[in-house]
Parts: sequence; C-alpha cells; structure tokens
Amino acid sequence: MKKVSRENLDALFAAIAEAKKLYLPVADGTDEKRGVKYSVWTPEAKYAAEAVNTVRSAKDFFFPQVENMVNFKVNGKKIEVDDIRTECEDFVIFGVRACDAASFKILDSVYLSEPVDTYYQNRREHGVVMTMSCSKPSETCFCSVFGIDAAEPAGDVSCWLTDDAVLMQANTEKGEALLASLPMLEDAADDAAEESKAKTKAILEKLPLKNLSTDSFGGDKLMELFSSDKWASLSEACLGCGTCTFVCPTCQCYDIRDYDTGHGVQRFRCWDSCMYADFTKTAGGQPRPTQLERFRQRFMHKLVYYPANNDGVFGCVGCGRCMKSCPISMNIVKVMKTLGEGNA
Amino acid sequence: MQSEMMKRASELLADGTVVRVLGWKNGEFVYDPTPAVFDSAEALEKDFVYHDFCGSNLSKYLIKLSKLEGKTLVFLKPCDSYSFNQLLTEHRIKRENVYIIGVPCDGKLDPDKVREAGAEGILGITTDGDTVKAETMYGEVSVSKKDCLLERCEVCKSHKVVVYDEMLGENGEENPESGRFDMVAKLEAMTPEERFAFWRGELSRCIRCNACRNICPACSCEQCVFDNPASGVSQKAAADSFEENMFHIIRAFHVAGRCTDCGECSRVCPQHIPLHLLNRKFIKDINTYYGEYQAGAEEGSRAPLVNFTKEDCEPNVVYKGGSK
Amino acid sequence: MQVNQEFKPKIVAFCCNWCSYAGADLAGTNRSNYPADVKIIRVPCSCRVNPLFILRAFQRGADGVILCGCHPGDCHYTTGNYYARRRMTLLFSMLDYLGIEKERTRVEWVSAAEGAKFAATMNEFVETVTALGENKRLEDLRCKAK
Repeated sequence: MKKVSRENLDALFAAIAEAKKLYLPVADGTDEKRGVKYSVWTPEAKYAAEAVNTVRSAKDFFFPQVENMVNFKVNGKKIEVDDIRTECEDFVIFGVRACDAASFKILDSVYLSEPVDTYYQNRREHGVVMTMSCSKPSETCFCSVFGIDAAEPAGDVSCWLTDDAVLMQANTEKGEALLASLPMLEDAADDAAEESKAKTKAILEKLPLKNLSTDSFGGDKLMELFSSDKWASLSEACLGCGTCTFVCPTCQCYDIRDYDTGHGVQRFRCWDSCMYADFTKTAGGQPRPTQLERFRQRFMHKLVYYPANNDGVFGCVGCGRCMKSCPISMNIVKVMKTLGEGNA
Repeated sequence: MQSEMMKRASELLADGTVVRVLGWKNGEFVYDPTPAVFDSAEALEKDFVYHDFCGSNLSKYLIKLSKLEGKTLVFLKPCDSYSFNQLLTEHRIKRENVYIIGVPCDGKLDPDKVREAGAEGILGITTDGDTVKAETMYGEVSVSKKDCLLERCEVCKSHKVVVYDEMLGENGEENPESGRFDMVAKLEAMTPEERFAFWRGELSRCIRCNACRNICPACSCEQCVFDNPASGVSQKAAADSFEENMFHIIRAFHVAGRCTDCGECSRVCPQHIPLHLLNRKFIKDINTYYGEYQAGAEEGSRAPLVNFTKEDCEPNVVYKGGSK
Repeated sequence: MQVNQEFKPKIVAFCCNWCSYAGADLAGTNRSNYPADVKIIRVPCSCRVNPLFILRAFQRGADGVILCGCHPGDCHYTTGNYYARRRMTLLFSMLDYLGIEKERTRVEWVSAAEGAKFAATMNEFVETVTALGENKRLEDLRCKAK
C-alpha cells in the first residue's frame, strides 16, 4: 500500500497529469452549488472529495454520449469509406466510486464479449481507473444490495481517504505501473486503510435502503414479473423522458444514425433510451406500444434479463442517481419494493 | 391541508361525483412523492400525501385522464391551474370530465437546494414556519425556507388558483411585483459576448434527456418535431453545440405565448440548466412589444403568436432599439 | 472591427412568392447589381418561414439570413406577414439574447415593384454581414466543408 499526504495531493495530480490526461470530480464551474462533474484536472481545479457522486456517471469515459464511427464520401456511384478510428490517448480517472467501478464490469460484459466493440475496447484499454472509497454516502445509496462494498472499491487503483493522507492500493498491472511512476508516493502499512474502511462500513450500516431485497428478482422470475399487474400503476406517471437512462452508469443502449453534412455522411452513435417511443422501432412498428411496456423493459432488463444472461449479476449498481434525477420521482427502489411486496 | 384533501376526495368518491383522484403518492423519502391516481378511499388513506415537496404540476396528466370514462378529481396549485386553463384553451382537456379542487400554495421546496445547504443523507425533513429542518445521517441541518424554495416559487407570479370547482382554504392573489424578469433583464444588459459565454456554459451541459420537454404542460404534441425522422431535425443527442442551441431555442419558441411560466422545465432538469430564462425572455418580449399577457390566466384568450395588430412593431426593434 | 477583404459571406434570402420574389426578378430585369452570394429560397408567403428554417440555414453554413415579404397590409393571403412579423421579432430577439450577433438576421418588406429596393437591401445586408465576418456562434462544425 502507498500513501500521499493530503497537502501533496495536488502535486500528485500534477504528476499524473503530466504524463496522462487526468479527470476527476470537481464542483461544476458554472455555479458552485449545482452538482459535481468529471472535469480535466487543472491547477485551479478543486477535487470534490466529499461529494458522493457526480450528476452524470463515469460511463461517459468509455461510452460517450455521442461518438463518430465512420465517415463516408459519396461521389457518383462510388462510396469512399473513411475509418476514423485512432489509438486513444492514455487517461486516468480519479475518484470513481465503488458503484461506478462496478458498472464498468457490467459494461464490459456487454461490449467486450464477442463481437468486441472496438470503440469501447480502445477507450477501456487506455483508461486507468482510480477509485475512492466513500466517506459520505447519501440516503439514496444502495450499492450493498447488489454486493458492492463502498469501502473496498474495485478499479486499477483503490484509494482511501484518511484525516491527513490518501492511501492507494494497486489492483492491476496498469495500476501498479501508474503508482510506480509517481515518486511522491510513500510506503504505508498494509492495514493503514482499516480505520477508514471501518468508518465507511459503520455509515453503510445506517443507510436506509440497505435492507432492500433482491429475492423476488433474477433470471428465473421472468414470467411472473413480466405479467405482474403492478406495472400499470408503477408506470402511470412516467413521462417517457430519458433522464434515468442517461444518468444511469449501466444503461448501455445506443442508436446509430447518419448525418448528412452536405459534403459527406457522418455515421455516429448516441445513447438511446428504452423510455423513448421510437426505441427499437422497425419498419414493422414499435414493439413496445405504450409507456407501460417501455417502463417495464427498463426494469426487467436490470432485474431479470441481464441476470439471466450473466450468472445472476444484476444490471443495477445502486448508485442512486435515478432517484435524485427522475422528474416524477419514480425509480428502481420503488419498483423493487412494489413488485417485491407479498413475495418476500 | 393533507387530511382535509383526503376527506374531501373520499366524500366525492363515495357520492359518485368522481371515479378517480389525481394527486401525489408518498415516496421512499420525504421529498420524492410521485403523481398518482387513486380510485378508493383506502388507496388514499394508504399513500396520498400533500406537503412541501409536491411541486410537480398535475395538469398535463389530465390530457389522458379526462378522456377516460367518469370524472377525475384533481388538486391544482395556483401554477398548475394556469397550465390547466392553457390546455383547456387549446382543447386538450375535456373540462366536463374534471372536478378541480384548488389548493393554496405558499411555495414548494427543492430537495437539491436542501442538499446544497449541507444536508447529505436526508432521512427526514420538517418545516416549522420559515425554517426547514433536515434530519440527516450526519446530523441535523437547519435552513431558512426561502433558501430552499424552487426557483419559480422564489419569484412566484401568482398565488391565485384561476380555475376550480371548489377551493380548499383561502385563494391567494396575483403577484405582479414578483421580480421574475430580473435575471432576464440582467442578461439583456450584458454584452453579446458575455451572453454567449453564459448560454454556452449552461446549454453545453444539456444531455438531451427530454425531461424539460416531456414534463412541460405546453409541450403536448402527439409527436415532437425532434422525434420525427421526417422533420430533418430529429435528434436523440446533441451531436454538435449547434444542436444544443437549436433544441432549446426551438422548444422555447414552440411554447412562446403559451408558456404559463410554471417552471417545471427548470425544476426537472438533471443538469440544473435555468431553462425558465428562455421562456421568460419570450414572455418579457411579448409583454413589451404586444402588451401584457399571461398565458392561462383566462380560458379562451388568444395567444400572442396567433394574433396580430396592424400597428405591431417591426422586427428591426431588435437590432435598432433593442438591448445592447 | 477588422474587415476581411477575402471573406465573402453566404446569405440566405427567404422571399415570398408574390412580392419579394417578383421584386428580385425585377432587380434582375433592371440589371441592378447585388452579390451572387445571396441565395434566394422562394416560399409561398413570409409566414411559411418556420424559425427552424432560419436556424437550419445557419447550421448549413449561412452567415446571414434575411426574410423578405409583402409590405404589411399587402399580403397575398391578407394577414400572413403580420404573423411572420411577430414571430421573427421574437426569434431575432431570442437569438440576440443568446449572444448571437443580431445583425445576421433581418426582415425587409419588398414589393414586386421594388427591384431597386431589393438590390439595395441585399447590398447593404451583405456589407453588414461581411463586416461581422464568418458565423461562428451558430455554426455546425460538421457542416464546414473540409
């Protein structure tokens, strides 16, 4: 285990940023109080160490909202294809929470299984994830429900905050290489983080949602959940906006579109949302004609379809972003509680 | 107020005046009630709530509900009643299928502002006069109520429920001195460069989740132009800064003259973009150029953009006389 | 402001079929000069112009957009231009509010008999936009020719 004192943290950031692009959570520049977002580190940037989570998730780094895939030039009957893929620059994301780190595993299982998504793979290979254990979880946090430990975040390097230092533990080769390149790191005892972990665990015990049950969900509950008559009342207020899917760290659906620039065609992909009326619309029509089916799709995917194909791992990491962002305050916790009623 | 509302709703359900009640359903926490339909006194008893976090505007749901069989009872706050009137004017709601109970409102709270005041891990919130007390996992936090009001409530344009079948409590008054255009005026006084920088900073945060559009009672089209592949401008994401600007300019324009300034767009924006400043600019311009107009104040009034006078000013007021 | 002598702005002019388009015709017949960078799009009435049209013109590379219609009171459809007048006033004011140079947009009323006014208007508008330079604030980078 390594450590750096809190006064030296900025020097550490500077050293990382010298070799690689460094992103970390900072208070949104437009207005101090309006949320935290990942930004490129600059000497003026102030690391928001306390903020439990960014408004947007960390999936943006590997799966950006909009991404150009290929360009075409049309000349008479000839089409020229311009492959615009280039090797991605190395980058480091600092301060990722345990929930977001766990979400990368879920994205990996989708994008790195055959056929491999090379756009995603490129970014994933060049990104080093430095996680930070949570010091001030929010009432909306429920990662423990899905077996995630906020005191033991995954990632290439795990970090813990103590009163006077930041402790670091490399978990992968990429992480070790990064730590080895930072001369200001000092050695620390292997159990130096225990106190910080114990503090976090004590708070996790007090979380109001920690007893949320997943017993009623999983791949084998497909038919009874699909045909539940509770979906009607759950979905009645849903507006069909895409907020929950866009702030979600594990939502991974996208649409591919062509943009005619007037002198060529740009093929790009962008996030799509199963909440939208034109999601997976085909010439044959819309497979989910009303908001009820669309609403059901999202939660069935997280709680049933995904675990059915991934050894029972749920497609939610309990970050709580959808709970804070939904315009009408409908969210996965309410869905789980309502569907679980009477079954538990 | 909540118990009075439940009592009245149960009575109206019992005597058959209405067959369903549209209100707010208790959430997971104190601050997250969801709009919901109740069809029995038991259901009301179980989940119905009305408190300082019931900010969501229920009017838009009536487009669908008023087309069902039987009457729907709805509780409308002052803001919501303007939206209701506007939807009536646009023939989107069947008035005869709605029974309105007006409820007074002295401002709703924004849970994000309570958080920003230092309350992380909120377990409970109580309001005592002008103080909001949040009990959190990390201790108690007290904030003054006016510091955590929703933006629209800070500059409330009217405490008056403009359409109702019956009123619970005392109806309020309009508040023409609300100062809701102050920020617009401040922006107008800036140089174009400063304004451009301001709006780029705000609009570049947009994630195109469409929350602003879908919550908006004025955005009631069956299919939005931005969802219509035949329109040539349909987008699922803003792929260029131009598209961020275009979406918000056009959205504000499509509701210009019809926007009642209910402030829902700003309330729901996950990125906290002050979208109301776009709508208010149109309202302010309409007031200046075509005379004071409040959408939804009167059922059947003619919106300024489907109206004209021969003496209207020329568009060159903008570049000759307009702001700096 | 520094005037770039090389810069030739692209101007889109929406002209109503009944007055302004005929006015442009007359300008041509009279051999009045106006810059070839003005691209005319004929519309049935100035009222046909949706605010999206104006924005799309900028997106596709226009540096200035002008809308020409019949004089108020002379609309072929009686009242179309009155509505257009309100719409464009509000739209232009909004663009200005967003910090986009207000001189890039304009409305002029040109009748079928005003060939000279059409040419003069276009000359003056092109001059104004040339002085402003390229449209940067309302451009779509994807549409820039490479």
